[in-house]
Parts: sequence; structure tokens; C-alpha cells
Amino acid sequence: MSEIGLLPVDAPATAPRPTARRAGYWLIATGGVMLAVMLIVTAFGPFIAPYNPAAISPDSLAGISAQHWLGTDSIGRDVLSRLIIGGRTTLFITAIAVSLALMAGLVLGLLSGYMGGIVDQMVMRALDVVFAFPVFLLAIAVVAALGPTIPNLILTIAIVYTPILARVVRGPVLSVKRWDHVEAARSVGVSEVRLVVSHILPLVISPILVETSLTLANTIFTVTALSFLGLGPPPPDPNWGGMLAEARQFMELAPLTVIAPAAAIVFATLTFIVLANGLRDMLDVGGQR
Amino acid sequence: MTEPLLDVTGLTAEFVHRGETIPALNGIGFTVAAGEAVGFVGESGCGKSVMARAIMRLAPEGSSVRLGGAVRFQGTDLMALSEARMRDIRGSRIAMVFQDPMTSLNPVMTIGAQMADMIRRHTGFSARQARARVLELLDDVGIRDPQRRIDDHPHQFSGGMRQRVLIAIAVSCEPDLLIADEPTTALDVTVQAQILRLLMRLRERHGMALMLISHDFGVIAGMVERVNVMLGGEIVETGAVEQIFAAPAHAYTRALLDAVPRLDAEGRQA
Repeated sequence: MSEIGLLPVDAPATAPRPTARRAGYWLIATGGVMLAVMLIVTAFGPFIAPYNPAAISPDSLAGISAQHWLGTDSIGRDVLSRLIIGGRTTLFITAIAVSLALMAGLVLGLLSGYMGGIVDQMVMRALDVVFAFPVFLLAIAVVAALGPTIPNLILTIAIVYTPILARVVRGPVLSVKRWDHVEAARSVGVSEVRLVVSHILPLVISPILVETSLTLANTIFTVTALSFLGLGPPPPDPNWGGMLAEARQFMELAPLTVIAPAAAIVFATLTFIVLANGLRDMLDVGGQR
Repeated sequence: MTEPLLDVTGLTAEFVHRGETIPALNGIGFTVAAGEAVGFVGESGCGKSVMARAIMRLAPEGSSVRLGGAVRFQGTDLMALSEARMRDIRGSRIAMVFQDPMTSLNPVMTIGAQMADMIRRHTGFSARQARARVLELLDDVGIRDPQRRIDDHPHQFSGGMRQRVLIAIAVSCEPDLLIADEPTTALDVTVQAQILRLLMRLRERHGMALMLISHDFGVIAGMVERVNVMLGGEIVETGAVEQIFAAPAHAYTRALLDAVPRLDAEGRQA
């Protein structure tokens, strides 16, 4: 074989472009480090934060100093402490909401894609209705109707993002369920549930991972935007969106009070976008098998 | 005469597509005795594969197939069984080997996991017992060094080896009937012979009945006692292998036999 040497034997024609793959690793490494930083700060927030985030001091709208690394806000609270503790709230809401949306999306997408026919039609049309509403309008309506509490916010965001994830799950399921190994498994008596969970789901996981990461980025943005509009967790609990809203009036006096939460939002959103791009390149979503 | 293992009468299948019905099987009837090897030959699209799937009630997912007729297996009509009872029969009493070994294994599960999964489904073995059985089966179907290969993924196996694995899965619960749907079509000729020999050996050992579906008279001739010739969703001729080869009664059978290139006949003339 190898003596002929016309073609490199060990280079399968379907392998993803190596440059994209390498870029993918870099992006994932970068995103991973960013995520780690975020998780550490979030997890150990109360130990890291130098002050009580709700503690008022007479030293209001102070600039950068040794005592207050990122200055203080309009009633003298330490911006860094509020940023760290506020991140906990924002990320907590995001994580729970996306987990719920992912679970619902998986169940609905798998059900719809695997069953097909009338079930598929009903599920997808119902999701289309949700999909048709602009994200913010729907979120504002629900939160305004039910009250701005954290559970309501989580539920709303989960509902809003479920259709997107369900669609991403359903698409590849439609094709993978027709693959031979699924029929072969069915021919030896594997149950429907097991077929879906162990013979279909693992093959459609790549696009789901990428979409979940993108949804995390979007959700952080949505949570902070809703908080900015006053539909987030009620004060005095700090959160990034709320901090922006409060600091808005003093932007010229103390630019740091706006820049700091804005930077945090950008950092968190960027983390998941970088991860999503990395995953997409590495898993070569779109060109499987 | 004892009751046959499998008694198919008036089996019909039609595809329903956008309100139109397209017939695939027009009332097929045949029997398979316990331990017997029966061949099915016919051209592409004559309904061989649909028939195999109809017997196991494996409708292609998403397409609407309407089945009719009766499939009596060991005295029970499979068409009348609930899906759950049918699942118990699939794999344990009737098993199937598919045409394309390259795509018939789950690419993200190890060989061992796929096999153990299925064995545990039908036997209630513990994970350890199932693994031991998997090793035994792999050895049985001629996978060298099963200890080392059991945790490999399908892509690390060649086509012939994958077909061996699929056969191992099919016979793992010692079914009474094995349906082999073009089991060698996707393989090299040399590997074909090995796989056919393996099927023969396993059939004799376990006393399984075998339904061998192929378009290749050569494959059929060496393996079975009785042949059914299929055309357009019907069985047009049935008989012992020697009889069909020596004196084909149906014009289509003659045409099929004539279509096989004959090395010996050519050679003698030259």
C-alpha cells in the first residue's frame, strides 16, 4: 500500500480543515480561561469582595483609590464589591434559565424530531408562536405581569430561549434517526427511549453545545438589559444591569461606575461567544461524518 | 408434519406518500422450518428488504408503511403483537444482519458497550456477565484479541470486522431465526466468503433458521436448501436450489440465471 505513495493514506477526505481546528483549540482555551476566572470570582465572591456590597459610606462617587479599586457609587458603596456580588446574581439567573431552556429544548426537540408527523407539527407550531414574539417584548410582558422576582425572571428567559434550542436539537435528529445504526439497534429490541438517548442524542450533541454557549451569551445580555429596565431582581441586591441604571445619571462625574459594570457584561458575554466559536470550529458543526 | 417456525401468508406492504399508496409487497407467502436455510433472490427494488423489515415490523422511521397479512412465528401472529412484546422478540427470537456494516454500528459507542447493552436488554445479565459474554461472542465470530478490541470504537474496525460484530450482536441471544439482508453486498469478495462461512457455522452450531436475502445467485447457491425468487413484490418461483438452477420454471428466473456471468462456460468454449 504505502510503497505506492500517491496519496497520503492517513488523511481522510472528510477531516475538518486543520487551520479551523487549531483556531478552535485556541478559542476554547481562551474562552475556558475567561470562564474559569468568572466562575472562581463568582464562587468565592463573598470572600474576595473587599466590602459589604450594601454598605454605604460618606465617600460617594470616589475615583480609583487604594481603598476602593474601582471607586464608589452615588451613595458611597464599593463598586468592585458590588460588581463581584452582582455578577453572582446575574450569572446565577443565567445559568438556571439556560439549564431550564436546554432541558425543555432537548425534550421538545427530541420528541418532535423523533416522532415526526402530527406531534412534530404541534410542538413546532406551538414553539413558533413563542418564537414570533420579540424576546424583550415577551420578557417585559411576563415580568411586568407576574412581578420582577428572580424566579419569574428565570422562568421568562427559559421560555423565551426554549424554541431556539428545541429547533437546534430537532434538525439533526430528523436525519440521524434514519441512519442505519438506529434501525440496527431497533432490530435487536432496543427501546424507543434508549434509541433516542444513546443512539441519536450523542450524534447531535455538537450543534447543541455550540447553540447553548451562544444562548448563555445572549441570556447574560437579556438578564442585564431587563435589570437595567428595572425588571430584574429588586434592590438592594446588586446586579450588573441595575448598577448601570443607577450609575447612568452620574456618568460624567464618575465614569467608572458605568464603565465597570459595562466591562463586566462585555467580558461575560464575550466568554461564551468565544467558547461557542471555538466549539464550532473544533467540532466542525455542519460537516459531520 | 410439525408447524413451521415461520409461516407468512398474504404479507402486503404499501408505502403511503402524500395520499398516494405505492405497493411494495403484493401478498407474499412462504414458510421457514426450524433450522432451515432459505434464500430470497431478486433484483433491486423487488421488495426483498421491505419483506425482511415487515417480518420484524421495522417500518422505516418517518415513512408511513401499511402492513397486511399474517406472520406466524412459533404459533403467534407477529402482526397482532403489541410494540412492547415485539421488542422482546426482536433480537432474542428473531435477529437481523444488515447490508452495510459501515453505518450499522453506533459510531460514538464502543463495540463492547453496544453489544453489552443489547445482551443485558434481553437477558438481565450483570454488566460483568455481559462483558464476559461479549468477549466470548467476539472470539466466536473471529475477532482476534477481543480483550484488546472490546473497547474500540467502530471506526477502528474494518468493514469485514464490523460485519462480524453485527453478526455477533445478532446471534448473541441465540435467536431461532436470523434474517440476513444482503449481508455481504458491501464487502470485498474474499471477505464475503469468510462472512458466509461464519454465518453457516453459527447456523449449524445454534440450529438457527436462516433467511438469506441477496441479489447474488452465487451467494445463495452455496448457503441454502430452498430458494424463493422475487419479482415486483411477489414470489414468482420457489423450490430446492438444485431444481431452480437446473430447471428454472419461471421466465424471470431463467433471465436472472442467464444474467450471471459464467466463467466456466466461456472458458470451455475458448
